[in-house]
Amino acid sequence: MSDPNDPMAEIRASFFIECEELLEAAQDGLQTMQDGAADDETINQVFRAVHSIKGGAGAFGLEELVSFAHQYETALDDVRSGKFTPNEDAMLLFLGCCDLLADLVDSARDGTDMDAARVESLLTQLRDVVGIEEEEEVSADEFEVTGISFDLDLPDLPDADAEPAPTPVYDILFAPNDDLYGLGNEPLFLIRALAALGELELQCDYSAIPDIEQFIPGTAYMSWSLTLETDAPEADIHEVFEFVDGLGKIEIREQGAPPSDPTETTEADEIAQNPNPPAEAELQAPASAGSDPAPDQTGTEPSSEEAVPPAQAALTKKPQKSNGDGGKGAPATVRVDLERIDRLVNLVGELVINQAMLSQSVTEADLPPNSAVAHGLEEFMQLTRDIQDSVMMIRAQPVKSLFQRMSRIIREASGAVGKTVRLRTEGEATEVDKTVIERLADPLTHMIRNAVDHGLESTDARVAAGKPPEGIVSLTAAHRSGRVVIEVSDDGGGINRPKVFDIAVSKGLIPADAQLTDSEIDNLLFLPGFSTATEVSNLSGRGVGMDVVRSAIQALGGRIVIQSEPGTGTTFSISLPLTLAVLDGMVVQVAGETLVVPLNAIIETLTLAAEDIRALGPETNVVQIRGQFVPLLDLGAELGFREPLESYVGGIVLLIAHENGDRAALVVDSIHDQRQVVIKGLQDSYGHVPGVAAATILGDGQIALILDPVDITAHASGRTNQAAPALSNAG
Amino acid sequence: MTLILAVDDSRTMRDMIHMTLKSAGFETQLAEDGQHGLEVLDGIEPDAIITDINMPRLDGFGFIDAIRKRDGSRSIPILVLTTESAEELKFKARNAGATGWIVKPFDPAKLVRAVQMVTG
Repeated sequence: MSDPNDPMAEIRASFFIECEELLEAAQDGLQTMQDGAADDETINQVFRAVHSIKGGAGAFGLEELVSFAHQYETALDDVRSGKFTPNEDAMLLFLGCCDLLADLVDSARDGTDMDAARVESLLTQLRDVVGIEEEEEVSADEFEVTGISFDLDLPDLPDADAEPAPTPVYDILFAPNDDLYGLGNEPLFLIRALAALGELELQCDYSAIPDIEQFIPGTAYMSWSLTLETDAPEADIHEVFEFVDGLGKIEIREQGAPPSDPTETTEADEIAQNPNPPAEAELQAPASAGSDPAPDQTGTEPSSEEAVPPAQAALTKKPQKSNGDGGKGAPATVRVDLERIDRLVNLVGELVINQAMLSQSVTEADLPPNSAVAHGLEEFMQLTRDIQDSVMMIRAQPVKSLFQRMSRIIREASGAVGKTVRLRTEGEATEVDKTVIERLADPLTHMIRNAVDHGLESTDARVAAGKPPEGIVSLTAAHRSGRVVIEVSDDGGGINRPKVFDIAVSKGLIPADAQLTDSEIDNLLFLPGFSTATEVSNLSGRGVGMDVVRSAIQALGGRIVIQSEPGTGTTFSISLPLTLAVLDGMVVQVAGETLVVPLNAIIETLTLAAEDIRALGPETNVVQIRGQFVPLLDLGAELGFREPLESYVGGIVLLIAHENGDRAALVVDSIHDQRQVVIKGLQDSYGHVPGVAAATILGDGQIALILDPVDITAHASGRTNQAAPALSNAG
Repeated sequence: MTLILAVDDSRTMRDMIHMTLKSAGFETQLAEDGQHGLEVLDGIEPDAIITDINMPRLDGFGFIDAIRKRDGSRSIPILVLTTESAEELKFKARNAGATGWIVKPFDPAKLVRAVQMVTG
């Protein structure tokens, strides 16, 4: 399975991808049922999804998965057949089973162990609630689980050449009945299969074939007496007749053995005397119609029946319009290895850089603006941009799968704290880069848990406040001005600001006399080590605070903001870039180095006037911007390019904002321009370099570092030259 | 080359059938449910058909029934892929008009043997 060229490994991987889709379909269906909007097809959809997971899992020998899926499927089948009508609790149980099934799929894929007690507990509940019986046969012969191997040097049929000891000889009588032909069997193939087992002699009794006028197509007129000399076990002979067992008289007896086991033929005889009525009626239909000049059922030669009259052929043979898997009904998609897409994304990145370099050369060559080269280049730029957008779109995925996972978090969280909570989602089709989606799962999970645990009031408090007892947590996604905005909101009591303030004071995060605006208080939640839960609950209090959520969002180039209204609820908005592959940046010059600062971090740029700069201590300066004092950071000095400057008067600063409202003014020597740059990660080669997020290649081929302004300010020494009047002297 | 039409709503299962039969020297056409299978049958004449039972739109029983009622496909051997146990299945499959059956979990050797048995 580890061999990348192993076709089984590929199918296995594809199975797990399919499982995700199936689980999504199952969950969708269950959700619809829970909302009371289900029709007959809904439960079928859920059933089939679970059934398909079971089928695939069986092929790969994933026993735990098979066993649970089987019993879950049995319960769903009871719903499907109307034997059991699920109430609200049962629906919750079914959803819980779906969650467990998802976990079993994950553990099967990753080879991790499952909590057997949890599986057993849900199975017990299924038995109690739905009344399905405990099944022992799942793991037994009836549903034997065998891993498969692709050793396709298959022996055609068991080999016949073995020891020259006295070879057993079998007398075989084979007298098919009409059904055998009606079901698409061909005696010739059976005889061939027998011949492959050893020396075969046969006699055909065709004395029963009537004159042509009486001939009824599809009727079995012939029978065979065969003598087979073979070393193959008798079971192999029986296996040849497996599909036709009961479709006529079949006697197999070893020569010299005691007279045949009476049970050998009785079953066959019984069935022969009582042929399958529907098949018979159907087979005789063409003949009894009488108008057919060339009956297409010849009885003895079912496979030659393609001699359809021309007129009929014209009716039945339509042009081939469907080609295998890609045919009608199949979604028009291809599955592509993510690695290939990443390679493409990288190549397009190179292309963008190359195009920028070419543009620069052309500009430097001073060609007339209406020259063919200039025109061609413009088109080239447009095409490059289009290709880039298209490639980024390949990586984009709807956030639906992410949101679905959250509905499970809500169920678990609300159960743990004993609140009734409903999740409302909106904008599930909004597409975001796959990596962003993956890396959002943890922060979102934490935020959802917080919303249930801290955001929503207890049911009693809600009722007391005149609210519906059921709390609502909403999860929405939307595209807004080139970014994706994801909001998590609850209709709880809002942030308890006095309490937050007190906690921050008690933890020494702020002075007791601090004057903070509402928004500043709200932002205290993002401070490391802050937790509003007076007792650490078993739910959200897991040592992970909102500060970790914020760093995760920032690492994705995103921002997070809080809005809270006492009594009506709290909303966290996350705004993210559409992709992690390109970035809008400002190209600046510092101490002869070209650097890129992400545009989303910059609030404004300004030129310093002497009166804006104030000293704070011997080595640090602050800048007064619109009445607020902001630390002044000399980027050249912070990055170690040079010593702090003598004077910052006339210098250019970028005003940087943190998500928590902190600001800093970064001094740069000059600003070149704003442009989109392709992000080239440095982590693999250099590990994490403080203050540096990544690198890029500019149009002139120069490599420029992309700064992480938040990291820079966090690690800043704040060392600037004390050339300015001290703050205390400020007017 | 012997052509097999395989009908299953599970992509994994289709992939496996395809790969198994291809390795054994068969050509395959795939369809993802009974309805789709019938559409594919308008354009091809397979030597045998393998079908799942539980499928959306048109299930395996309906699919087999339709095949057995069509002049062009009446006697094509049909193998049913199923998870059900032998005895019960045998009668169900036969009643539906199936030629033979392959009990899941999927075993490539069994599948190839079954297909060889009905296609000669």
